[in-house]
Amino acid sequence: MLNVLWPIFIIISIIYAILSGNIENVNKSIFDSVDNAVKFSINLLGMTCLWSGLMEIAVNTNIIRFLNKVLKPIMKKLFPDLEPENKASKDITMNIIANILGLGNAATPLGLKAIEELQKENNHKETLSDNMIMLILLNTASLQIIPTTVLSLRNSLQSDNPTEIIFPVWVATICAALAGITITKILIKKGM
Amino acid sequence: MKIINYVSIVSMPILIFIILMNGVKERKNVFDIFLKGAVEGIEIVFKILPTLVGLFFAIGFLRNSGILDFIINIISPIINIFHVPKEIIPLALIRPISGSASLAIATDIMQQNGVDSFVGKLASVIMGSTETTIYTIAVYSSCVKIKNIRFVLFAALIADIVGMISAIIICNIIFV
Repeated sequence: MLNVLWPIFIIISIIYAILSGNIENVNKSIFDSVDNAVKFSINLLGMTCLWSGLMEIAVNTNIIRFLNKVLKPIMKKLFPDLEPENKASKDITMNIIANILGLGNAATPLGLKAIEELQKENNHKETLSDNMIMLILLNTASLQIIPTTVLSLRNSLQSDNPTEIIFPVWVATICAALAGITITKILIKKGM
Repeated sequence: MKIINYVSIVSMPILIFIILMNGVKERKNVFDIFLKGAVEGIEIVFKILPTLVGLFFAIGFLRNSGILDFIINIISPIINIFHVPKEIIPLALIRPISGSASLAIATDIMQQNGVDSFVGKLASVIMGSTETTIYTIAVYSSCVKIKNIRFVLFAALIADIVGMISAIIICNIIFV
């Protein structure tokens, strides 16, 4: 996908910039963007390091067994052909829990570990398996209970009531997640 | 609301407490295990850095060339029919592509229109209920060198659209 979109984005931007006389801004943005990407990664580094370490402890204790039990019925619905004792199943469970708790920086490493496990069982190494699609979809669904980033943003802009958006966020998230899961289930069944 | 505030503040420390208590109770070498996991964390960040550089660079071009504004100007009359505030359009378009760019746009919307205005609240709900879909799909597929992503982009974007429409409807019910 990005093999197509990425060059298109860049090429049409350059053509448009030349035609509209914005080429100076575009030139400047090269340095800004690359800088931002590195700064963003460095910001990510500390939290990812910390939460990967903490989650490693969690995975090695009985917490994971308890949470596995709680999420088992849901996992069975979402990943019907995945063995509950599989390592991928545990990583996916932790990934979902981290997402729900709003630990985005912890969720990503766990999700990436899970997809690497799923890849071992994947028969077509260059194509996403059904389980991988469901995992990615769950991670694009923003399943968090507390939208921490937005709350801190609203707080920093001196909102009278920063938390009043939480309930509508829940409603919109649930609608989006249910729509995504339903359409994925249908398309998997159709063999697409 | 005070309770929800409190929950958001204590959730991280409580989770850390529970993890460490269990580790100590089961007599694990918690710091050794922590270090092992932390190293994996560093590897993951370095793995996604090239993706980030590539995407940030392309998005910077889209924004600074002016083509993004051009597309928004074309789309806005169509979206106006559905009573969607015009200010929201850039956010809705960028949200699936870039987390940091959409956060910047959302901040701008809230500063321009007021954080407690209808548009400000709607921007908050959209930010809270959606993810950077395209970035997530790119990171996950490139991590295991997938070339064929099947219908996952389609399904995830449908979920985003449903999320945004739900956000508009629920905000109209609660905040108007």
